[in-house]
Amino acid sequence: MNDKISFIIDDREIKAKKGQTILAAAQEAGIYIPRLCSKEGLSPFGSCRVCTVLVNGRAQASCTQPVAQGIVVENSSEKVFQIRKQIIEMLFIEGNHFCMFCEKSGNCELQALAYRFGILAPSLPFMFPEKDIDASHPDVFIDRNRCVLCGRCVRASRELDGKHVFQFVGRGPERRIAVNASADLKNTELESSDKAVEICPVGAIIRKRVGFKIPVGKRLYDHEPIGSDIEKACT
Amino acid sequence: MKKEMESTVKNICRDSGNDKIHLLDILRRVQNQFGCVSDEAIDLIAKSLNIPRVDVESTVTFYSFLSKEPKGQIVIRLCNDIIDRMNGYDKVAKAFREELGIDFGETTKDGKISLENTPCIGMCDQAPAALVNGEVVTYLSTDRAREIVKILRLTGNPKKLVQRLGDGNNAHELVKSMVQNNIRRAGEVVFSLAESQPNIALEKALAMSPVEVINEVKTARLRGRGGAGFPTGMKWEFTRAANGDKKYIICNADEGEPGTFKDRVLLTELPDRIFEGMTIAGYAIGAEEGIMYLRGEYEYLYNFLEATLEKRRKDGLLGKNVMGKKEFNFDIRIQLGAGAYICGEETALISSCEGFRGDPKNRPPFPAQRGFLGYPSCINNVETFCAVLSILDKGAGWFAELGSRGSAGTKVLSVSGDCQSPGIYEYPFGITIKKLLKDVGAEDAMAVQVGGASGQMIGEKDYDRIICFDDLATGGSIMIFGPQRNILEVVDYFMEFFIEESCGYCTPCRVGNVVLRNYLQKIISGKGEPSDLDFLQKLGENIKAASRCGLGQTSPNPILSTLKNFHPVYAAMVREETEGLQPTFDIQAALRDSEAITGRKSVLFIH
Ligand SMILES: Cc1cc2nc3c(=O)[nH]c(=O)nc-3n(C[C@H](O)[C@H](O)[C@H](O)COP(=O)(O)O)c2cc1C
Repeated sequence: MNDKISFIIDDREIKAKKGQTILAAAQEAGIYIPRLCSKEGLSPFGSCRVCTVLVNGRAQASCTQPVAQGIVVENSSEKVFQIRKQIIEMLFIEGNHFCMFCEKSGNCELQALAYRFGILAPSLPFMFPEKDIDASHPDVFIDRNRCVLCGRCVRASRELDGKHVFQFVGRGPERRIAVNASADLKNTELESSDKAVEICPVGAIIRKRVGFKIPVGKRLYDHEPIGSDIEKACT
Repeated sequence: MKKEMESTVKNICRDSGNDKIHLLDILRRVQNQFGCVSDEAIDLIAKSLNIPRVDVESTVTFYSFLSKEPKGQIVIRLCNDIIDRMNGYDKVAKAFREELGIDFGETTKDGKISLENTPCIGMCDQAPAALVNGEVVTYLSTDRAREIVKILRLTGNPKKLVQRLGDGNNAHELVKSMVQNNIRRAGEVVFSLAESQPNIALEKALAMSPVEVINEVKTARLRGRGGAGFPTGMKWEFTRAANGDKKYIICNADEGEPGTFKDRVLLTELPDRIFEGMTIAGYAIGAEEGIMYLRGEYEYLYNFLEATLEKRRKDGLLGKNVMGKKEFNFDIRIQLGAGAYICGEETALISSCEGFRGDPKNRPPFPAQRGFLGYPSCINNVETFCAVLSILDKGAGWFAELGSRGSAGTKVLSVSGDCQSPGIYEYPFGITIKKLLKDVGAEDAMAVQVGGASGQMIGEKDYDRIICFDDLATGGSIMIFGPQRNILEVVDYFMEFFIEESCGYCTPCRVGNVVLRNYLQKIISGKGEPSDLDFLQKLGENIKAASRCGLGQTSPNPILSTLKNFHPVYAAMVREETEGLQPTFDIQAALRDSEAITGRKSVLFIH
């Protein structure tokens, strides 16, 4: 049986496999859908909503929404752009992101998304929340000021490292990442080589003593906007 | 003490078979026993259940009835929803504070009594009301608040607070509560069940094939009564057709929508019939187990409901070969919640039943495909099960004829707020708001909130509209606001509610609702500009579109519906800023810290 289906994305017809998410199918066709919580190799999560697209006019998270024959997906309409831009701004104002002092700068997916969306300063008022830092671990620290609650570390620790170092606690605006110990990160099984460490899209989980090893100017998003690799891979 | 705690916690876990599915039950018991689920207890539970401690902590920190910090032996939870506020919450709150000598969120020095606020507890028709541990106290006054504290200090026993018993089964010896039913209008579908003979519908169903039962429900055009209005027969069909070794039927008795209390009355007066309805549904979809998810606030009904189940088991109406029907085995258990509105959302409800925090799940797969523990599951509202009985009793044709086009049958409404006779009203779909307001004694209403906080607020020009799925849809909540009320305050309260009850999983709901409320408060404080209204509109629309579940998809409704229906109220509060200044920027406040540090006042910006 032919398990290929086709659908329309931004006036282009593309083929996809049954069961694939819209985001994955688009990527295979060289179409970049901006995303933050979604990461290849991890189970889909659908929390950041940056990858929102319109499917037959209805907003859906493309990282969790499967393709279906004949759907019409909007990935670059003005409405989609505005929704995504506002969500990215929300992530900035919800935390304390000081890009100019952050060693993730240039490698940070949130920052790179902001540039891609032309955000120079959020139009929403900052919330300046009080968040804490856990520097107890010899090799890794957590700075919750920069956490975007994407849950990549939660999933990576479980799905890739075979551990349970991270999990969400609290609800609503109090939601935050906690570690699997009654005390601090140093009391967990986390090792510097864990996938959960490097998978953080922002500067919330950082390896110690390697900061600025890659100089500014040579970093991931210093020359080309985020998503360029996907857009170039297929022409 | 440490040793004692260790053995108690271990025993509690063992009672639940050391099974992590029962984590919520375990946590509730530990909380009741020790006044908190401490870090120590979390470690012990994690060990017994063989799960990461952070997963236990994750569940503990999600539910408002659980806490890591110690609470008093008695917790007074005063309901602060909008209706209670309109009925004297402030004064009652003050009386409690003064009499206890503590503020909300605090515990008396002797560790005996804690004082807290809680959102709607399903008692809006007898507000102000509070929960004292499991007991419900209603129609509170300042005198009564002081008396409650005295009784609690004297006896240490919340049961002693119940002096006059309520009507109907509220007076039943297993309930013994002072709650009132306030049934004002019994209709043809649901409350008529009180007169019809029990188990006839079940007998009829068991004489048919499951597919015939489903077809009957489809012919009746029954749609779910929990709010979303999904066709019930179709949901049953999907669940029946789905692949799975086991299937589950789940009764949603979480009733958390502010202003709704009809399920509470149905659970009180028709529990046996609700279980009968669940049994029929179980038969139809091919389930052997049913779960009733009962909101923690209704714990006072727990023993009564358990006894009702036990009687059904004794009578052969549950268990092996139900009513002698070979190969139809079916039983029901009750899962108590622990204070979380989001757990009424069906996938969050499933997470909660599985022992997790109540985060909704990604869809697809839908519960009908993969629900509780991954098995096909069908979730229906309490009232939906009642309607099924009448359909089988009186016929699908009879049912389909009732109501309005597209909305067959009746709807049980919970009416509260500024009206003469708050309470329960069952009408055929299609009743106008005008007629309803006349019946409840609220002809001077300035605004009506239809469908709870997540519904919409309408004004006089819309009073000819009708209650049905295609016009004004509601899970049952009708809140009435008289001319003396401040609409924006009501809206602000609803936004506060959503912020507190959001699970925080997705960005637009977690952050967006806070931003919405900040802008609303800017307008309320007189600092708003006309452009802020457009901003609210656009942000609200984006949150609705991009949120992951029904909570965020409806939370901007109070703002969006009032912007539409009460625009002049907003317009009167905003003004164009002509000097290009930001009216929100308060230079004095910005300078306060520096002034404190330097120990002198600013010479440029004098007060
Ligand atoms: C935030 C939220 C809270 C909800 N609360 C309830 C509830 O308390 N009771 C209920 O029956 N349905 C509630 N629902 C709707 C359920 O998700 C689901 O649609 C319903 O239980 C299905 O039953 P029905 O088809 O019989 O109406 C809620 C939905 C959302 C999004």
